[in-house]
Amino acid sequence: MSAIEDVARSVERAAAVEITGAGTHCGIGAPVVTEGPLTRVAAPAGIVDVQPADMTVRVLAGTPVASLAAALAEHGQECPLDPEDARATVGGVLACGVSGPRRLRHGPLRDAVLEVRVVTGEGRVVRGGGPTVKNVTGYDLPRLLVGSHGTLGVVVEVVLRTQPRAETGRWFTTTAAPGELRARLYRPACLAWDGARTHVLLEGHAADVDAEARMLDLVPTASPSRPPGAHRGRISVEARRIGALATRLRDLEVTWLAEVGVGTVHVGATDPGALDAARFAASAEGGWLLREAGAPDLDPFGLPVPNSALHERVRAAFDPLGKLNPGRLPIAQVQT
Amino acid sequence: MCFPESIEEISAAVGIACRHRVPFVARGSGTGLAGGATPVGDPLVIVTTRMNRILEIDAADRVAWVEPGVCNLDLSRSARHLGLHYAPDPSSQQACSIGGNVGTNAGGPHCLRDGVTSAHVLAVDVVLADGVITRLGGLAPDTPGYDLRGCFVGSEGTMGIAGRIAVRLLPDPPAVRTLLLDFASVAAAAATVSGIIAAGIVPAALEMMDAPITRLVEDFVGAGYPRDAEAVLLVEVSGLPEGVAAEVSGIGQVGRDHGARHVRVAADDAERELLWKGRKSAFGAIARIAPDYYLHDAVVPRTRLVEVLARVREIAAAQDLLVMNVFHAGDGNLHPLLVFDAREPGIWERVHAAGNGIVRACVEAGGVLSGEHGIGLEKRDLMPLVFDPDDLDAQARLRDAFDPSGLANPEKVLPRGSRCGEATRAPEGTWV
Repeated sequence: MSAIEDVARSVERAAAVEITGAGTHCGIGAPVVTEGPLTRVAAPAGIVDVQPADMTVRVLAGTPVASLAAALAEHGQECPLDPEDARATVGGVLACGVSGPRRLRHGPLRDAVLEVRVVTGEGRVVRGGGPTVKNVTGYDLPRLLVGSHGTLGVVVEVVLRTQPRAETGRWFTTTAAPGELRARLYRPACLAWDGARTHVLLEGHAADVDAEARMLDLVPTASPSRPPGAHRGRISVEARRIGALATRLRDLEVTWLAEVGVGTVHVGATDPGALDAARFAASAEGGWLLREAGAPDLDPFGLPVPNSALHERVRAAFDPLGKLNPGRLPIAQVQT
Repeated sequence: MCFPESIEEISAAVGIACRHRVPFVARGSGTGLAGGATPVGDPLVIVTTRMNRILEIDAADRVAWVEPGVCNLDLSRSARHLGLHYAPDPSSQQACSIGGNVGTNAGGPHCLRDGVTSAHVLAVDVVLADGVITRLGGLAPDTPGYDLRGCFVGSEGTMGIAGRIAVRLLPDPPAVRTLLLDFASVAAAAATVSGIIAAGIVPAALEMMDAPITRLVEDFVGAGYPRDAEAVLLVEVSGLPEGVAAEVSGIGQVGRDHGARHVRVAADDAERELLWKGRKSAFGAIARIAPDYYLHDAVVPRTRLVEVLARVREIAAAQDLLVMNVFHAGDGNLHPLLVFDAREPGIWERVHAAGNGIVRACVEAGGVLSGEHGIGLEKRDLMPLVFDPDDLDAQARLRDAFDPSGLANPEKVLPRGSRCGEATRAPEGTWV
């Protein structure tokens, strides 16, 4: 495909490459730094092939998630990427590794990617994984690329796993303890707890959703909003430590919303120092905070990448000259 | 050969192998079909069967830490009183180990809805190829950096050895129903598989058996499988009761629309277990007709099942071999069984020719080489059927990043000449 070849030739000729999508997640990761000229590269857009009977879709990575969702909806299907801003491109969401709010039921983003085509740092087009829903042919490049921040390759095309949309999906709210909700509801799609109330997303057959809501006196409501504030991040912590983390966050000038059972806590603040304090609280509970927006002086990840030597070798395997998004994912050292 | 009893002992064994430049091969229960754990040459074989402790089950967070030698079924049995289970359920689950499941990214009938092993492994404490112990992944939902956990799962011992594994457990569904549908043709059964998915139903499991294996299993188990059917579907749906009831009736309707002769819904758990016993005993039942079988594992898009099954029969017939099919129809994962007697002169050549032809037919239909057993030795030299030289070179570099010394299960997964530079040095024709 010529659009993909064009990307490959651009990368091959460039001294350094910054990969761009829709710019909806540009606060994630460190700024790209290079001394020489920087070439901006974007993946082509377009839906190549929807296969509803196989529950797969082949899509070019520059396609906005909203367009993908609309194409799948025509067949009563979905792929639960669910970025906050649906203008985000499929490739951008994958590169940033941002799992959607329905992860509790539908799993992390990395489980949705069956096949990837990427342009490596040497300008080669490499394919990994395969187009079928089940496949162990060779190493799992698709999962490796998810969350790699564009430092292993320019994702140009992917095959994603799709699923039928549930007959019903409704939000409810309750003051019941989130642990009790987790124990008593059968695989809810989301349990979003803000310290006082829990927003519950139930999906499935309408009669089952009604019965579960009645059993726990859940009250219908709208979907919860993400914590406001110019400075935002997401904490990743063991799910069992969310209660203890909440106790620490209560004393800070932040608003937060925790995905119970997952271990993701969305944090918003009007003061960047408060986001830093939330990072400290996360670290005290064994977790970490990824900066998602604002707080330009805050380290983007806040802790060194583990297994740095192995990481560096993996990066060099795909991008030996260090051309791709240089500096975006600091492997060897972390600024403090 | 050594039998370590802790991750530290695995590390020590790998360290000794490294110092002496001896290749090492990890081995669990040895149930894999592709030869990933088969020693080639004279390597150190590191067998994990003595590391069979379940270290921790956290019922509230639904996480279990296990050693690699824990038997797959033992984990679900140990979690049963908590209302939890481990979803991947290979047919060999009474024997296969979780460590081996991680190595091959194993599947099973119930992976249709809930995904194969990689979707259930949260963290792995691994011994890397230089003997260093480290954790890949973690119990927190995300870790900074690359998903090395995802990369390690399914790497067939070429990126290190799993010493401790954290897996996710799922809550037992409140309602489970199992259906048996039988058909006068394989095409009708396959059309029903696609029809179920098109109706917006993703069953927990969706298995097909063709006529020869159905008769054999019925003689063996007596589960009431119809002996005159050309194909049967075993379908399981689970979840909340109203949704399950709607899916049972939807599946019955799709089946009848495609000419199902009977739609039998198991009345109780005993009947459900009997139906599943038939499916899971299929491989054992073959001993009743022939001493040997060769089981293949390949995947095609489920919309191509009918034509590929017809090709499989043609290919087997051309070699004068009996073929039986019992497989994960829902995700297009074929398991053709070539049944034979190894004492017959020249039989292996015919079996291999047929097996090779079947894999090629699957790839030609847009499929892949393996669904759940991996590449190992068996399919290593077929990798160029699905990957071009640049793809294989990238995989070889990735492997070298994990194992710079090349001692971890060296003869497996990638054909010789996968590295681009290596290809030019190798004699012509060695790897295609």
